[in-house]
Amino acid sequence: MKASDQKRLLREMIFYRRFEDRTFEAYMERKVGGFLHLYSGQEAVATGVLEMARPGSDYVITGYRDHVHALKAGAPAKEIMAELYGKETGSSKGRGGSMHIFDPTVNFMGGYALVGQPFPLAAGLAKGIKMKGTDQIAICFLGDGANNQGTFHETLNMASVWKLPVLFVCENNLYAIGTAIDRSTAVRDQYKRVAAYNIPASQHDGQDIDIVMEAAKKAVDHVRNGNGPYFLELMTYRNRGHSMSDAKGYRTREEEAEWAKRDPILIYSERLKKAGTISDEDIKTWEKEIDKEIEDDIVKFAEESPEPKVEDLGKYVLDDNPDPRWIGPLQS
Amino acid sequence: MAETAYWEAIQRAHDEEMANDPMVIAMGEDIGVVGGTYKATFGLYEKYGEERVIDTPISENSYTGIGIGASMIGVRPIIEIMSINFALLALDTLINAAAKIRYMSGGRVHCPIVMRTPGGTAHQLAAQHSARLARMFMSTSGLRVVTPRSPLDAYGMLKSAVRCNDPVIIIEHERMYNMKEDIPDKEFFRPLEGAEIVRKGTDITLIGYNYSVHLCLEAAKRLESDGVSAEVLDLRSLKPLDRESIRRSVEKTHRFLIAEEDEAAVGVGSEIMAVVTEDCFYALDAQPVRIHAADVPVPFNRELEKAAIPDVDDVYQGALKVMGKI
Ligand SMILES: Cc1ncc(C[n+]2csc(CCOP(=O)(O)OP(=O)(O)O)c2C)c(N)n1
Ligand SMILES: [Mg+2]
Repeated sequence: MKASDQKRLLREMIFYRRFEDRTFEAYMERKVGGFLHLYSGQEAVATGVLEMARPGSDYVITGYRDHVHALKAGAPAKEIMAELYGKETGSSKGRGGSMHIFDPTVNFMGGYALVGQPFPLAAGLAKGIKMKGTDQIAICFLGDGANNQGTFHETLNMASVWKLPVLFVCENNLYAIGTAIDRSTAVRDQYKRVAAYNIPASQHDGQDIDIVMEAAKKAVDHVRNGNGPYFLELMTYRNRGHSMSDAKGYRTREEEAEWAKRDPILIYSERLKKAGTISDEDIKTWEKEIDKEIEDDIVKFAEESPEPKVEDLGKYVLDDNPDPRWIGPLQS
Repeated sequence: MAETAYWEAIQRAHDEEMANDPMVIAMGEDIGVVGGTYKATFGLYEKYGEERVIDTPISENSYTGIGIGASMIGVRPIIEIMSINFALLALDTLINAAAKIRYMSGGRVHCPIVMRTPGGTAHQLAAQHSARLARMFMSTSGLRVVTPRSPLDAYGMLKSAVRCNDPVIIIEHERMYNMKEDIPDKEFFRPLEGAEIVRKGTDITLIGYNYSVHLCLEAAKRLESDGVSAEVLDLRSLKPLDRESIRRSVEKTHRFLIAEEDEAAVGVGSEIMAVVTEDCFYALDAQPVRIHAADVPVPFNRELEKAAIPDVDDVYQGALKVMGKI
């Protein structure tokens, strides 16, 4: 990989981290309401996998921890922040919030709150791709906890039988809210569960973006070349609580400290520094630039944007401009 | 014009819509090689192939979800659920996803799926194959719910549902699949919205939907000999509900009854009662009546089943009660 790309990737991950940190502040200031699930600690997964795919063209879908997937897919950061603020200019016009970022202009097909629900939706996107005959793929990012839903088994089965071009990325961060994986799940290694569906699967370190990219490239190629689905398990860890109201009583500070040594930004910046690609100075400069962009551009846009109009409450429930030939009403 | 059975009408609508648009697909259990439990997709597997007429495994929630995901990018799936009881398995993708995606995305993504399923009692299928459940879908924002009573509507409403940009639930009925009616040979569409007066009358409005429209029509015939002129109103669409047509008819007849095969509580009938109370309470000359199923799981035994489910006589007696004749 070219040095300029390596630098860009590191800068992107730093941007994602600081974007999430800033949403946390806005939440504490009560400018952002509802549930807020941050991605900090897992950046190498979405960044690395999508770097190997075609963001903006391949379809991406995920759960409620969705800001970074949307960003990497190409959704404007301003609109995501505005969505968190519930503004009319937000990705979902303030109707969805943090958990439901949508941007079909870059084929980011949404964040969903129901654990496990995106599995079949992703396979459906893949079915659509197959019918259109393009070489796009659908990529579904979900947590380890989602694999205990029926939709995991049902969808993997159908995706395999129908050879759908879908890549399932399991972000195994070892917890589903406060329930440790060993307490809820008979098999810790999620990729092993996939063998039952005749889908190739593998497990990798999700904290090292180079490893993620190498694994993702194989997985993406497999799917894009018409071989059907692939299941990619990436071992990762979230830095923060599950959502805002989480004292993390279910995990030890020692465990957190161990994982902090494996922070994806730390690993990658150390590597690039050692190779002489970047310096501490570069990082400091980026951080300053990023914070300025977030403040002057992104947060300002969100804060200054208008709220949705209350008169528009009933918009977007059904098609607002339906064709009377199908809808009627029937004249009787 | 050709005499067409309800199932044939559905099959024809599938066939024409699939021929018209290569993005229309059908999916469900045993709809392909077998041609559908009620033959609604008969012969289409041979004609359109397995990519478009899809035999799914028994995974209602996820194959519905696959249809929804595909619909988000331009596919028009017609999803068959073998019995409405099994639709309970698909409620997450249907109600939490399909019904909400347009709204949650601020109108940027939509899910034009059609879900067809028979709801109702057939002959001694017992509690787990006799659910009706229209009320559950009817109470969900973001869905359309229609109940074609005849081959004409079964054909014309399915065609409209495929072309409409909203998720549409079509509730059919096991006892209607063999009903026959003459329908035009030339392609036509029937709108998804609007109740329909299927018999004109002046003394009482008998309101029905799905199978109960036929009970109302039979009861109306009998009421003639009692000197009662009954109007029969088929709701056709439960969501959205055509309040205007209900009001107009009740303001004309000043009396009404609502007949349905489902249980009463929090049901379609309750909603009609509420709508009339809100929209034209002072037009009423008599207390209305709800005709509905007994509040029990549907029994297997033939006599018990009969007792649990309303029939023509129940509607007839109910109407006499509203008329003050008993
Ligand atoms: C169907 C459903 N059940 C329960 C919840 C509540 N819930 C939200 S997130 C979550 C844990 C999910 O864990 P995992 O899939 O590992 O994702 P992570 O949060 O670790 O990224 C639970 C139980 C939900 N949103 N949806
Ligand atoms: Mg997890």
